[in-house]
Amino acid sequence: MRYHTPSSFDDAARLAAEASGVTRFLAGGTDVLVQMRAGAVLPDDLIDLKKIPGVTEIAQTGDGGWKIGVAVSGARLGAHEALVRDWPGVVEGMELVGSTQVQGRATLTGNLCNGSPAADSVPGLVAAGASVEITAPGGRRIVPVEDIPAGPGKTTLAAGEVISAILLPPRGAGGGDAYLRFIPRTEMDIAVVGCAVNLRVDGGRITEARVALGAVSPRIELVPACAEAIIGTSLDDAALDALAGAASAACNPIDDKRGTVEFRTEVAGVLAKRAARIAYARANGD
Amino acid sequence: MAKDEIREFRLVGTRPDRPDGLDKVTGRARYGADISAPGMLWGAVVRSPHAHARIVRIDSSKAEALAGVKAVVTRADFPTGLTGEDWNLQENTMAGEKALYDGHAVAAVAATSALRAQEAARLIEVEYEVLPHVIDVDDAIRPDAPVIREGAADATVPEGMPPNVVRYIDFGRGDIEAGFAEADLVMERSYKTEATHQGYIEPHACLGQLGEDGKGEMWVCTQGQWFIRRMCTAVLGLETSQLRVTPSEIGGGFGGKTTIFMEPLSLALSRKAGGRPVKIVMSRSEVLRATGPTASASMDVKIGMKKDGTLTAARAEFRMQGGAFPGAPVDMALYCAFAPYKLPAVQHIGYDVLANRPKCAAYRAPGSPMGAFAVESLLDEMCRELDLDPLEMRLKNAVNTGDTSSYGPKFGTIGLIETLEATRAHPNLSAPLGPNQGRGIATGYWFNHNGETSVSMALSEDGTVQVSIGTPDIGGSRASIALMTAETLGIPYEDVRVNVVETGALGVNEPTHGSRATFACGKAAVEAARQAIGEMCRRAASEWGIDPEAVEWMNGAAQPAGPNAGEFPPMTIAEIAGKMGSTGGPISGHHESVPDGVGASFGCHVVDVEVDPETGRTTILRYLVVQDAGRAIHPSYVEGQYQGGAVQGIGWALNEAYIYGEDGRLQNSVFLDYRVPVASDLPMIDTEIVEVPNPGHPFGVRGVGETGITPPLPAIANAIHQATGARLRQLPMSPPRVLAAIGEARQG
Repeated sequence: MRYHTPSSFDDAARLAAEASGVTRFLAGGTDVLVQMRAGAVLPDDLIDLKKIPGVTEIAQTGDGGWKIGVAVSGARLGAHEALVRDWPGVVEGMELVGSTQVQGRATLTGNLCNGSPAADSVPGLVAAGASVEITAPGGRRIVPVEDIPAGPGKTTLAAGEVISAILLPPRGAGGGDAYLRFIPRTEMDIAVVGCAVNLRVDGGRITEARVALGAVSPRIELVPACAEAIIGTSLDDAALDALAGAASAACNPIDDKRGTVEFRTEVAGVLAKRAARIAYARANGD
Repeated sequence: MAKDEIREFRLVGTRPDRPDGLDKVTGRARYGADISAPGMLWGAVVRSPHAHARIVRIDSSKAEALAGVKAVVTRADFPTGLTGEDWNLQENTMAGEKALYDGHAVAAVAATSALRAQEAARLIEVEYEVLPHVIDVDDAIRPDAPVIREGAADATVPEGMPPNVVRYIDFGRGDIEAGFAEADLVMERSYKTEATHQGYIEPHACLGQLGEDGKGEMWVCTQGQWFIRRMCTAVLGLETSQLRVTPSEIGGGFGGKTTIFMEPLSLALSRKAGGRPVKIVMSRSEVLRATGPTASASMDVKIGMKKDGTLTAARAEFRMQGGAFPGAPVDMALYCAFAPYKLPAVQHIGYDVLANRPKCAAYRAPGSPMGAFAVESLLDEMCRELDLDPLEMRLKNAVNTGDTSSYGPKFGTIGLIETLEATRAHPNLSAPLGPNQGRGIATGYWFNHNGETSVSMALSEDGTVQVSIGTPDIGGSRASIALMTAETLGIPYEDVRVNVVETGALGVNEPTHGSRATFACGKAAVEAARQAIGEMCRRAASEWGIDPEAVEWMNGAAQPAGPNAGEFPPMTIAEIAGKMGSTGGPISGHHESVPDGVGASFGCHVVDVEVDPETGRTTILRYLVVQDAGRAIHPSYVEGQYQGGAVQGIGWALNEAYIYGEDGRLQNSVFLDYRVPVASDLPMIDTEIVEVPNPGHPFGVRGVGETGITPPLPAIANAIHQATGARLRQLPMSPPRVLAAIGEARQG
């Protein structure tokens, strides 16, 4: 195994493009190192991104959005008051990943690139309308987060492409977001169902909404039908029921060791309602 | 009460710091994997990926060609001709003709580093012919089920039973049909429990060394070093005394570390590698796939009850699979099932069944929790049907001292009624319940055990004392034995050091199992101390020139027994020790026996739960353990046992389960998906220690380690029923199952 410490994303992308065997990028390492220990993945080239300047920084962008470095840990994200004020749902999703120890290392980018349909931080990013900056040997491009997952353990990133930052849009007025997951325990578990709701209110009425579901289909999905169910409403019972129905209808889950098809389908609706109530309360400043 | 029961205690019942505490909280304590030796090699094990497969060929040539690889062993390196449980142990240690479960060892390799050993293990090519497999106990008992092993049934199995039934049990007394006829309500229900693992935090680890001369050493994480010695030497065909086994500190065992798994492999590899020591440390996945969980069970129970709650008859038929070998604890489950109750007629039937799963090992009150789940759930259902208070019903039928137990023997002094009364008086029983909340009550039982015990104590030159015991300290037994020794000798607790010693230092000791250590080793330590006191009195008598009978021992010193004995100032233990070299030599005490007077322990648990009606998720709001300890030597460790038992039971009840795919492979072989409770899942477990002293122990001790895992399974099922109206008769009561049951209950 070759261990690389490039000092720029361009170098990282070039190293990855030139590599021919199994390649892994290393940020927090909370997935990659575990996979290596278990013998599940034995990389030929391990490209550590942590030596690249700026990767542990959280910066406000000119338009009022946020740029989050690829090695920013969950713990740092949670300690950033202004970011938490803008995007509590994004941050609470990340903070559900792993234990306190894991929170000291694990990153949004790593959670996204691991490709798990149950990744806790990804539905919040999708609902927020976040995007990623991708560096490739040919240059850089910006892609919506929901276009990255490609199925369990897979992403749409090509060989030689590396995510160089996560970008959150400006929060703006009257916005609120929330993420909830279902696990049988209280922590240290993988989502059986995850749901993020991001919405904007004006005079009590929802004007914009984005809803994303996790762990109920091969990839984390943005569900427009859920958004349509609550846009234009004041989140009354009928709207909530319609939201739950749309969430359940969007599910395409599997039976596995963590939950059944019936359970995931039903609970997706339950979580959508509960997350929407929280997001709505946050948007209203309650 | 026994004549030697001591009623006024100076130390017993206090809560001093445990002697092993500092080492454990600072990380200095040496566990299994912490032991290394010069020239050490690392072992790795090749395991079957199939639930059931014939081993056609094993080719280790590529592994052996790898630099740093020093030895490869397969079953061909083990002796043949073993029988009975020795053969079972050998077959489980290393597969012979067939791999019998996913994770069954088929080869092992030793190399100069752990990584190299793992790489070599991947290079060992095993050709399998995959065979049909069976996982579920009810499936395994079907006539057309794949046969695990022809001719495995013992003499108890009647002709014509399915081939996977290897042991049959049938016992009872009274006229069962007359009992049911006399009842106002007869109910019969079926229940299932999943296999669960002990979930000890420390994976199995050992360092074994074996020379060409057949002499060996082993350092190992175990509950019983003599069991390791006997089993390893049996499996390898060695003389028992030629293997010296030293136990490490132990990060939990709960019964699962009373047997062997990879330990003989390290010895076999060492012998083949020219006697270099070989260390093997299991991964968590290996622990879950290849070590012994408890059995899974399928159970039918029928009970007759009068309108006033009086029990008239009971019948239990339990089927258990304990993996691909005989030994599911179906007998223990049946003995315990109705033990708390007076029953005029009772019948027990049991089937021990083979399936393609790992060989089960002991797990905290083996069998008792499954039986309790069935019986205590059905009693709760019947109490609801007859509108009876479940605690009063249990008091009405509770066994008392001298009663004949449901399984035959007469009870000695027991404290079930005192336990139930203490439960009734506890404030948790009157805590208000809100919507979606429910309260469940259940009782539980464990016999407790004595076992072969050998203990020595020796006086040091400064008057302090060392005690050598053979039972690894899992739950604070060093502190308890130091307290009992110091109490007997009349010296400070801090002056006693209790050492858990290797097999060369004492006679045979059974492991720390059966809740025996504080009872049996404590009793033996007291006897050893009394022997030393006798010798110290003789030394004082000799110096004073009076009869030894005229000397008594009080407050840590010898003194004249009365005014007629003469006027001498007390001679302290330190004074006696300081000159023992010139008064006759070392002073020690020793005791060995299979101590009689075991005291059984009953418990009663009360749990309050809240169930989320939209997700089926159960939250434990309040949890109370009330249990008879006989006498709590160190109450903190008694409470720790109560809390630990409750927590393991909560895990078993709610989420823990072995999940197998269609291919018979275990799908949840890591703690992420084998869901033991985490700390934030639990409230502080409330405890109430009942003390009905056991007359068979000088301080009244009963074992306390196991009873506590028995009531949680039914108590939680009963609470979920009250909270939701749904009756769960299959474990685990995971959110998908509870949510589905709530849906069915709503539809009526």
